[in-house]
Amino acid sequence: MSMQDYPVVSVRDLSKHYPLRSWWGGKDSVFRAVEGVSFDIRPGETLGLVGESGSGKSTIGRAVTMLNPPTSGTIAFEGTDLAKLSAGAMRKMRARIQTVFQDPYAALNPRMSAGDYVAEAFKLHRRDMRRPERREAVAALFQRVGLDPRFMGRYPHQFSGGQRQRICIARAIALKPSFIVADEPIAALDVSIQAQVVNLLQDLQDEMGLSYLFISHDLRMVRYLCHRVAVLWRGRIVELAEADALYEAPRHPYTRRLLAAVPVPHPAEERARLAARDIASHDQPPDGPLTEVAPGHWVALPQEQRA
Amino acid sequence: MTKPLLDVRDLAVAFDTDGGAVHAVNGVSYTLHEGETLGIVGESGSGKSVHVLAMLGLIPRPPGRITGGQVLFEGRDLLALKEREIRKIRGGAIGFVFQDPMSSLNPGMTVAAQIVEPLRIHLGLDARAARARAKELLDLVRIPNAGARLDQYPHEFSGGQRQRVMIAIGLSCRPKLLIADEATTALDVTVQAEIVALVQELKRELGMAIIWITHDLGVVAGISDTVQVMYAGRILERGPVDDIFSDPRNAYTLGLLRSLPDLSGGRAGRRRLHQIEGAPPDMRHLPPGDPFAPRNAYATPRCRAEMPPLAQAPGAAPGHLVAAWYDLPDLLSREAAR
Amino acid sequence: MSTGTPIAETAGIAAPTGSPGLIQEPGTVTAFWRRLRARPSAIAGLVIVGLLILMAVFAPWIAPYDPTATDWGNVRGSPSLAHPFGGDEVGRDVLSRIIFGARASLGAGLVSVALAVSLGLPLGLLAGYAGGWIDGAISRLTDALLAIPFLILAIALAAFLGPSLVNAMIAIGLSATSTFIRLTRAQVRAVAAEEFVEAARAMGNPPWRIAFVHILPNIVPAILVQATLTIAAAIIAEASLSFLGLGQQPPEPSWGAMLNTAKNFMDQAPWMAIWPGLSIFLAVLAFNLFGDGLRDALDPRQRA
Repeated sequence: MSMQDYPVVSVRDLSKHYPLRSWWGGKDSVFRAVEGVSFDIRPGETLGLVGESGSGKSTIGRAVTMLNPPTSGTIAFEGTDLAKLSAGAMRKMRARIQTVFQDPYAALNPRMSAGDYVAEAFKLHRRDMRRPERREAVAALFQRVGLDPRFMGRYPHQFSGGQRQRICIARAIALKPSFIVADEPIAALDVSIQAQVVNLLQDLQDEMGLSYLFISHDLRMVRYLCHRVAVLWRGRIVELAEADALYEAPRHPYTRRLLAAVPVPHPAEERARLAARDIASHDQPPDGPLTEVAPGHWVALPQEQRA
Repeated sequence: MTKPLLDVRDLAVAFDTDGGAVHAVNGVSYTLHEGETLGIVGESGSGKSVHVLAMLGLIPRPPGRITGGQVLFEGRDLLALKEREIRKIRGGAIGFVFQDPMSSLNPGMTVAAQIVEPLRIHLGLDARAARARAKELLDLVRIPNAGARLDQYPHEFSGGQRQRVMIAIGLSCRPKLLIADEATTALDVTVQAEIVALVQELKRELGMAIIWITHDLGVVAGISDTVQVMYAGRILERGPVDDIFSDPRNAYTLGLLRSLPDLSGGRAGRRRLHQIEGAPPDMRHLPPGDPFAPRNAYATPRCRAEMPPLAQAPGAAPGHLVAAWYDLPDLLSREAAR
Repeated sequence: MSTGTPIAETAGIAAPTGSPGLIQEPGTVTAFWRRLRARPSAIAGLVIVGLLILMAVFAPWIAPYDPTATDWGNVRGSPSLAHPFGGDEVGRDVLSRIIFGARASLGAGLVSVALAVSLGLPLGLLAGYAGGWIDGAISRLTDALLAIPFLILAIALAAFLGPSLVNAMIAIGLSATSTFIRLTRAQVRAVAAEEFVEAARAMGNPPWRIAFVHILPNIVPAILVQATLTIAAAIIAEASLSFLGLGQQPPEPSWGAMLNTAKNFMDQAPWMAIWPGLSIFLAVLAFNLFGDGLRDALDPRQRA
């Protein structure tokens, strides 16, 4: 394995269980939100995480960043097992691991100016920086994400949704992290703004060699943006492959069902797709150990169906 | 196409806020025919939702104000009707389905009670007949074991099933027009596919007209006869679905279509996403001319000064209307030649 | 979503505001004043509160008479040029007593609420943010205290501490503390569930910084509004304690004590009741108006 291929993030057998209590407080059982998930993310790579609501994709994002630590499993970030870090060491580590949240309306503190919000990264992790230096650095970040630095003193409500997401991104890249979890970063944005944010994320990746875990339900955007894609079904990965391979030749029945449901923005094709659609089955898809069926193409299928 | 069902004429809606009036809808006119499916695309602030709420008498007044126009539904002006009269039409001849099925359903009432309500109000059915009809409706929207599920509460249904229930309520009085406002936006893609397929089938069975409001160009492509693109409270382009997608005449429509990821070819050859620069306008301070002009690379000085009328696009399919002072195909061919 | 009404959102108010040329943002304090000034009722409240406080501070210079000096010629004397507000049951000048009474009444309101906030806010913050057994212990204690009616608790505490104005203030303050613990805790829990608090954790903020920098500024408005309402209640509570002999000690004046004495003479000398009654009403109204305005002015989402 060359240095280049050494993963930034290596997740092994990640599980997140929630205790379920019946109303009289008796007999505990667990809800397995995520079960035995493993993947690597290489430097400069974008791994897409797709699946429907309840598939556990956001849970994985919050577990990987230790915002909601997993029940079991290891998360090795640049060789360090995050679960073994003390609270203080984990806080220091957050300079290298960042998150861009879904709702830029909710992710900004309404009573903190945009500039202060971005500057917080330096306040926490670059104690040596003085106020004028910080100001300058924040102004540069504003410029980098396409915001007028003269707006640093404004409050979140004075910005549009796209601008707010840029503020969040500026804050996330402030400390030059190597890994960013982007949890539905464009879902709350208008169509005309989504492309701006996706392009920005891609430019930053090219410039800074960032790795992304891109969580999204927009399957077309995931194919466009991601190098590899993992498909989740009820907390488990059912298929993981290079994006084009997965979309062109999905092996798992659930992946096929999911991809077949994506509308095509082309009238004739979309009408044909609607006409041809079989009624979707809600049967439990087949399951089995995640196995490599082609180089880099992993599928969870029972032995006899892996052809 | 058959005879006109809904005729919106120069509808204008404003909201009074602390910071001045927000001009949410600014002169929207269109005709919807019986059995036609109209897809309305636009982003937040485009007026796509507000204008239908206004014609159903569902905007809170104040702060909302209908500042002008008429909405003729089967020849009657909905805006001139008394609240009592419009209530008969709303949920009766015009059914509607909104985005969030959880907050549109009352969590404290059984599903049966909520379906039965409009049946008794609008159709005057007695309790037994209404209940029988409610079961038929749940069957119609393909909820399995409908009879047993009538007495369940909304939280006992999945998100997709709740939206089916909403559609059942929307369809309960055999409407001539069904309005769906972002009806599948909150749903998973497989569930969306089922709902879209269901609406298509129901339309074949019942023959109602549909206004489908969404920001998803994919959904619009499949189900619409006509597509209407709205921006800043105006219609910028409108026409037969195939023409809008293949021959867009407004730069905003073109921008939306181009900003979709192009998935042809391998990863390496993939082009950067086309992005529409800037942000939607502040609806309190709309620019004087074409509201899209500040973001439009093709805008002419006239665009910035004067709002173009919505008119037949020259050389385009009949009924393909555009509001633009520039000639987009001409500009594009010149661009390509360079 | 935390901003605007749904209608405002659909109508696109979230778009960037202002022209690109105008960028110099006013400082936080300037912006606060601008928003406060835009609210006439809040300014009216502030002015009245300010005048009442000035009146209390400068009472010896303003009052025409010694508030405790009796004048047998002015027993229940009707308002006159010499005594514009009339005289009380032992001939003291009502105007002078109103002026001096502001000291006891406003003092009781402000000091007791300051005490209640300074105890209740940290405890509520601790309970709401730390959770676990700490929350359990604080919350149970709060529940127990809230089970006793405010006034009864204040009377019991004042009786225990002994009759004096200072003890009355302490008793009222302690009785009001549980309200602030409960309010703070509820507010903290609501704000802590917001995504920006998670974003703060994701940036590596230590817990104390999340509590003080990210949560506290977002709950201050609710606390302030509650505080102004409680000041009003505390003024009334002081009046009740004075009536029972547990607050301001005679012959020193307080509005509450005056009002309570006056009720025996409603037929003969209604002015004895009218002036302290009006004073309490005015003070309570002013604090409420100011509190409402303050809440809006502290919210950067509000427009000037």
